[in-house]
Amino acid sequence: MTSPRICATSSSASGQPDMAQESWPAPAVTPYRDAIAAALRRAGQMPGLATLLTLAGTVAFWEISVRLFAVPSYLLPAPSAILGTFGVIGWDRWATHVIATLRVALMGFGLSILIAIPLAVLMMRVQILSRTLYPLLVVIQSTPVVAIAPIIIVVLGAGDAPRIVITTLITFFPLVVATATGLAATPPELIELSRSLRAPGFREMTQIRLPFAVPYIFSALKISITLAVIGAVVAEFCAAEAGVGYFIQVSTSLFKLPQAWGGLLVLAAMSLALFQAVILVQRLLFPWSLPKSR
Amino acid sequence: MAPPPAIRFDRTGQVFSARSGRVEALRDVGFEVRQHEFLAILGPSGCGKSTLLRMIAGLLKPTSGSVEVYGKTVTGPREDIGIVFQKPTLLPWATVEENVTFPRRHKTGRVSRADRARAQELLDMVGLEGFGKRLPDELSGGMQQRVGIARALLMDPEILLMDEPFSALDALTREVMGLDLLKMFADKPKTVVFITHSVTEAALLADRVLVMTGRPGTVLTEIPVPLDRHRGPETLKEPAVNDLASHLRDLLIGKRAA
Repeated sequence: MTSPRICATSSSASGQPDMAQESWPAPAVTPYRDAIAAALRRAGQMPGLATLLTLAGTVAFWEISVRLFAVPSYLLPAPSAILGTFGVIGWDRWATHVIATLRVALMGFGLSILIAIPLAVLMMRVQILSRTLYPLLVVIQSTPVVAIAPIIIVVLGAGDAPRIVITTLITFFPLVVATATGLAATPPELIELSRSLRAPGFREMTQIRLPFAVPYIFSALKISITLAVIGAVVAEFCAAEAGVGYFIQVSTSLFKLPQAWGGLLVLAAMSLALFQAVILVQRLLFPWSLPKSR
Repeated sequence: MAPPPAIRFDRTGQVFSARSGRVEALRDVGFEVRQHEFLAILGPSGCGKSTLLRMIAGLLKPTSGSVEVYGKTVTGPREDIGIVFQKPTLLPWATVEENVTFPRRHKTGRVSRADRARAQELLDMVGLEGFGKRLPDELSGGMQQRVGIARALLMDPEILLMDEPFSALDALTREVMGLDLLKMFADKPKTVVFITHSVTEAALLADRVLVMTGRPGTVLTEIPVPLDRHRGPETLKEPAVNDLASHLRDLLIGKRAA
């Protein structure tokens, strides 16, 4: 009998709290239950808070478990030990590694965009290219990049070039496929309109097909940007003098596991920040392409 | 000699060769549309009505017979034809005004001040004054289709092709839109080919109704609408409209049963 009363009261409370207090009779059984239900409801309406609480809970559980069971730090360091390494390493060294990885990831990502979108346009316009290039792309995609990475390093030598190529290889396939799909998903009526106007073909591409592909392209960009970080790290594992991936490798080889975990944390933060940056660019430049929030 | 009709189909056929075999969409279609006539084409689904429109627009070549516009065989897309599609298919990133001027920007790469003034005029005419800066997303389905009509009229085409333009709208909006359309043509007459599923819509709006049979599409009969051009909401109550609508319904249902 109490639960419907709680629901009814708290739902009206969430809408117009002051009115509800006056117009509803005070719940006879447990007034604090309503308060808890309302608090939970409010918490549910703040997804950020729920995430934060979950994260904090996990970290706390981790810290307590490691201390309680005296887990050796080379198996699983405590969060406090991991955070401690940030002070030991020093911000300038972190910055060097982060910038090195970021540079490779972004340049590979950029190169990937520069190759993938024109390639998709070309494949759209020229049927033969689509039929011949597509199998080739699938072969490239099916080959594990981790396996090609050492070969590319040997072929292209030292420097950023091989690392950028590796990053590009891992990021461009989703972009080509998504762009090609988007270009083909244009409403056929608009293509007929374009044909009936006898408009030049490049304008059909620039004014109709490419803009309609924007939501598809951004879905792929979100995938590619996280792959770009992976690509940069894979390349650094093979050969590098700096970078977060390089830092993790060196740390593990020296058995400094808390440091390696620290590097991992930085990588995760980088990926997240880059992912959010892509979303921000879409929101600023192409607000119409976002899914409707209604 | 009388001037040639605006549109003429002469024993026109269309056969599509699909992977599964040949599909005959239209067979031996013959009819004419006079200058400034409003012709409604009525027929069951899949009788090739849209194919007819695409052949007039020059987007599709007939596989037999011919299609003539102003006495000349259609060989490719013509610029004096405007098309209104079933769905508004506007550009979601462009404002209403940019959508109306889109044909010009798409064809020539630039939009002049005169084009923008014309777009404004057209938007006023379709009842969308003050909506020029909105995005299509902010408009109702009926309003979006009004933008689609304004877009089709931008280049001031002689012939307007409408492919079930109001079929996605609710019944009431649909009647209002149809009558508004007739009002627009009162000052500036156009030759209109209007495809519809609705017998009432055909009887309410058209000068003449072309009834088609299904697969392969052929012309069953042509029926003139015994009303003058001045039509309004009260026209719907006229016995002539109801008689014609029920006659058209009998024709379509009779054909389906056969």
